[in-house]
Amino acid sequence: MFDTILIANRGEIACRVIATAKRMGLRSVAVHSDVDAGARHVALADMAVGIGGTAPADSYLRAERIIEAALATGAGAIHPGYGFLSENPDFVAAVEAAGLVFVGPSAQAIRAMGLKDAAKRLMAEAGVPVVPGYMGDDQDAGRLAAEAEKIGFPVLIKAVAGGGGKGMRLVERGGDFAAALKSCRAEAQGAFGNDAVLIEKFIEQPRHIEIQVFGDGSDAVHLFERDCSLQRRHQKVIEEAPAPGMTPEMRAAMGDAAVRAAKAIGYAGAGTVEFIVDGAGGLRPDGFWFMEMNTRLQVEHPVTEAITGVDLVEWQLRVAAGEPLPAKQEDLSITGHAFEARLYAEDVPAGFLPATGRLAHLAFPPGVRADSGVISGDIISPHYDPMIAKLITHGPTRAIALRQLSRGLRGTEVAGTVTNLAFLGALADHAGFAAGEVDTGLIARDIDLLTKVPAPHPRMVAQAALVAAGLDVAAGEAVGFVLWQPLVRSVVLRHGGEEIAVELRVASDDRCEIAVPGATVLAERQGGRWRFDGVPGATVHREAAQVTVFDAYGMAFDIVDPLARAAGAGAGAALIEAPMPGLVRQVLAVPGQAVAAGDTLAVLEAMKMEHALLASRDGTVAEVLVAEGAQVEAGAALIRLEDEEEDAA
Amino acid sequence: MRLTSQAIPTSEAFQANVRGHLDALRVVEEAAALAAAGGGAAARERHESRGKMLPRHRVANLLDPGSPFLEVGATAAHDLYDGAAPCAGVIAGVGRVQGRDVMVVCNDATVKGGTYYPMTVKKHLRAQEIAEANHLPCVYLVDSGGANLPNQDEVFPDRDHFGRIFYNQARMSAKGIAQIAVVMGSCTAGGAYVPAMSDVTIIVKEQGTIFLAGPPLVKAATGEVVSAEDLGGGDVHTRLSGVADYLAEDDTHALALARRAVGSLGPGPVGYTPTLREGAPPAYDPDEILGVVPPDLRTPYDIREVIARVVDGSEFDEFKARFGETLVTGFAEIMGAPVGIVANNGVLFSEAAQKGAHFIELCSQRRIPLVFLQNITGFMVGRRYENEGIARHGAKMVTAVATTAVPKITMVVGGSFGAGNYGMAGRAYGPRFMWSWPNSRISVMGGEQAAGVLATVKRDAMERRGEDWSAEDEAAFKQPTIDMFARQSHPLFASARLWDDGIVDPRKARQVLGLSVHASLNAPIEETRFGLFRM
Repeated sequence: MFDTILIANRGEIACRVIATAKRMGLRSVAVHSDVDAGARHVALADMAVGIGGTAPADSYLRAERIIEAALATGAGAIHPGYGFLSENPDFVAAVEAAGLVFVGPSAQAIRAMGLKDAAKRLMAEAGVPVVPGYMGDDQDAGRLAAEAEKIGFPVLIKAVAGGGGKGMRLVERGGDFAAALKSCRAEAQGAFGNDAVLIEKFIEQPRHIEIQVFGDGSDAVHLFERDCSLQRRHQKVIEEAPAPGMTPEMRAAMGDAAVRAAKAIGYAGAGTVEFIVDGAGGLRPDGFWFMEMNTRLQVEHPVTEAITGVDLVEWQLRVAAGEPLPAKQEDLSITGHAFEARLYAEDVPAGFLPATGRLAHLAFPPGVRADSGVISGDIISPHYDPMIAKLITHGPTRAIALRQLSRGLRGTEVAGTVTNLAFLGALADHAGFAAGEVDTGLIARDIDLLTKVPAPHPRMVAQAALVAAGLDVAAGEAVGFVLWQPLVRSVVLRHGGEEIAVELRVASDDRCEIAVPGATVLAERQGGRWRFDGVPGATVHREAAQVTVFDAYGMAFDIVDPLARAAGAGAGAALIEAPMPGLVRQVLAVPGQAVAAGDTLAVLEAMKMEHALLASRDGTVAEVLVAEGAQVEAGAALIRLEDEEEDAA
Repeated sequence: MRLTSQAIPTSEAFQANVRGHLDALRVVEEAAALAAAGGGAAARERHESRGKMLPRHRVANLLDPGSPFLEVGATAAHDLYDGAAPCAGVIAGVGRVQGRDVMVVCNDATVKGGTYYPMTVKKHLRAQEIAEANHLPCVYLVDSGGANLPNQDEVFPDRDHFGRIFYNQARMSAKGIAQIAVVMGSCTAGGAYVPAMSDVTIIVKEQGTIFLAGPPLVKAATGEVVSAEDLGGGDVHTRLSGVADYLAEDDTHALALARRAVGSLGPGPVGYTPTLREGAPPAYDPDEILGVVPPDLRTPYDIREVIARVVDGSEFDEFKARFGETLVTGFAEIMGAPVGIVANNGVLFSEAAQKGAHFIELCSQRRIPLVFLQNITGFMVGRRYENEGIARHGAKMVTAVATTAVPKITMVVGGSFGAGNYGMAGRAYGPRFMWSWPNSRISVMGGEQAAGVLATVKRDAMERRGEDWSAEDEAAFKQPTIDMFARQSHPLFASARLWDDGIVDPRKARQVLGLSVHASLNAPIEETRFGLFRM
């Protein structure tokens, strides 16, 4: 048995594992890259070892450094978390070779599931349903048609070398097969130079349902399913357990299949068996097929924990320590319903691009479980996964848990970086989702609706302006004092790339009339709390030149500084003049030549020094007004650039 | 000690007082609104159509958001020049920039192109006088065609005329009082010296111009044809002439540059602007001043009712309460600043004058600013008082007021008549600020008394000649004098001529006094050396 574990990971999962380790009286060792030296997981652990580097390849993927750290700190076991080295059989072997315990399955089990095709064959042999298909070398049209018949329509014909939607045909009926095959082959030949195809069952309304399994090397149980159908480009967005519409029969069938899969490879620890499920016309016990098995703890494991009351990390550590399975299948049951939403630093309008930035402010409302690896002030760097947190809710019914999620998302406050919070909120409020009508195509179908950016409410703009002007915290009888006529102060904000001009008419330290485009909002402070047109103001965060109002999932307003604008002195001048009397040594500019700001146009020799005369802006040389060797006076025009209007024309 | 009010806000008398004050206020409000509108809707529209910010908007955007603005001469030139120069065509006042008190002087180009009428000059000079006395950096937002030519005789030649503006700039600069100019429009002829004489000058591109003679005058003088921009635009002055230091893109940019310029000023003689310490509000609502003070000057009341609604926590340490009771003196704090208060509570007698002189000595020794609440019909007259030397005692008080080095803030809350005005730090006694209430009146004596004096002189002469003067004839004789005094003693008449720094709403008396005292504290308080007291 070990009394110290090392967590070979970072972020929320490292924090998550440390929490359970602490609860179990174990000492925890964190490892960290150079940039993570101040990270939350390091602060939470009892000990921390720097493993250098920044990029994962130089840090969290360096098996030997991690094993050295474990040995140096007396850790008896290594928990890999997810990602990084968690599914690397060589790492498992190295850990074990060092005399340490790997918290997870054996290297062989990982290897068995690592190769997707081999895994499918293995599962088929174990009696686990796999997606019917044909990937044989025999490409005879007749054989292909027969295989398609065997799989059952509708089917997909896919070019083996295909990708990006090219070389793919959906065939609804047997009669259409020959023609579709012909055109698919022609397209594949043209696009990829290879007309080989494979045939696959087409699942019309696919759902992603996975079974949490747990083994101790000889026995295995399942902890029911999770529905992860809400995906965007194969990235899970919101997960839930149990799956909507799940029947006891189907759950039993899927659970049995998953346990069979685990047992087939002598699985130890937490694993997940992913299935593709045909959601068209309701769930059926014969409508699910094995996709792959993840031989580690999943990101979305908390929803299972919520409905089963099991701490999966505790189970992992106990089984790793040699204990048998902590519970039998019949001891496990489902209580209520749980959701998890993944909060990422990403720029949704820009196409969900990962974002970076300093988390100027981060807060979660009470009533949700927020698993997070960061705190206010941390940097979201480009080096690692930009996940900020997972929000988990658990309620007696699906409807209640979903409302909790919606509320929890509304109450989440993030400033300093853009996030997908509004997108998650829109998803949590999606009518189809609320009705349990989920499939993996839902997000793509409704992406416009889900990513629509609403214009900020005038009250929010007003509040942002008040805060930008520092008037939310101004106090005293002198604030806004005038003898007769109130003064109107302007503040310019920028939101969503557009400037918003706001005018503030300050009456006193607790009253201000705020004119925003299209509306006038009365701000009044009562009992220390600002109200805008009578509505209590949202929480705000002000950081340097940005105000974030935590309403409508948080809207950030940049404060426009008039000084940030370049004064036009010099820049843009069309005429290049001699700065002092001198001799024109060189003329480099030629009429009609395109020049960039900073290009040398001529060289003037004066006062024993050579002065390069530079283009003040981008443009085209209109005229050269002086010849090499000429003696010129100060202020003499040397070169003229075309006017900017001429350039434009 | 906390003052206790005897007022009953629900009483008919209280309500009647409120109504009277509101009537008086309305007249001033209307005048102030007229002044604030500048040259009227059409001129304002034309101004804005050129991409220029309206002058009050310029002031607001120069100041910190929420900054107080203690405007000076808000109704200057009211009813003068046939109403051609609202607000005297220039906005002036004390506000805060980057947390620091500054004097802002902003031309209003919508009023006759911002040209200087006699009252414009007087107001500009008064603003500079306040700046100099209180050591306030000056920011000039310039947009003016220079002297108003039809009035050149009253704006150019004399000591306190146009030239004094630049004299003041040079003198203040010499004292380390920063002079910052923002050229946001024309700056012609003599006006060109405002930016040229400034420590730092900002000019708005393709909008601000500075030249001694504009294109028309140049053409007339030398035949040279030149555009305003080429003659003296922002590009010329920041690149070639060096008359201006910063080129701004527009008004917003220019004001931001000015804010930065103020922010980079070093500390003044007393360090940076003293922060407003928050004093406890008065225990009695300042708004009740309208009810506790009878608007009719002839009705006596206890000035402590006003003090209770002005000072922090209504706490007043009254000095010599039992002696010379017609003058109330004592220590208090207003918005956190310690002050000595000298307030009239009736006619000044010898004892009251001696007490006043004593109290002013006390504050001078302790370097405590003085606040005068002026409501005075004058020193007591009559044989007994003349014989006991009331003029001697009055002179003591006047000497003390005239020679004390502590800042004096005067607020005329009622009558300001005769020598009482002198003893209570009237305009001639150099108060740092002087404010009036709408119900106040100022004149050498009451209109009735003045008419009475004239009538008595005439009657005596007629009687010597044996002539007869009927009561009707006497009344007819007196009426024009009474009417003249009534008109000329009105605070709007006084304020139009800058006999004070402005009329204030009595409900804001506390803030006006508090801000005035705080502004005065930007300058160090020197040691006082009194003149000879006639013992």
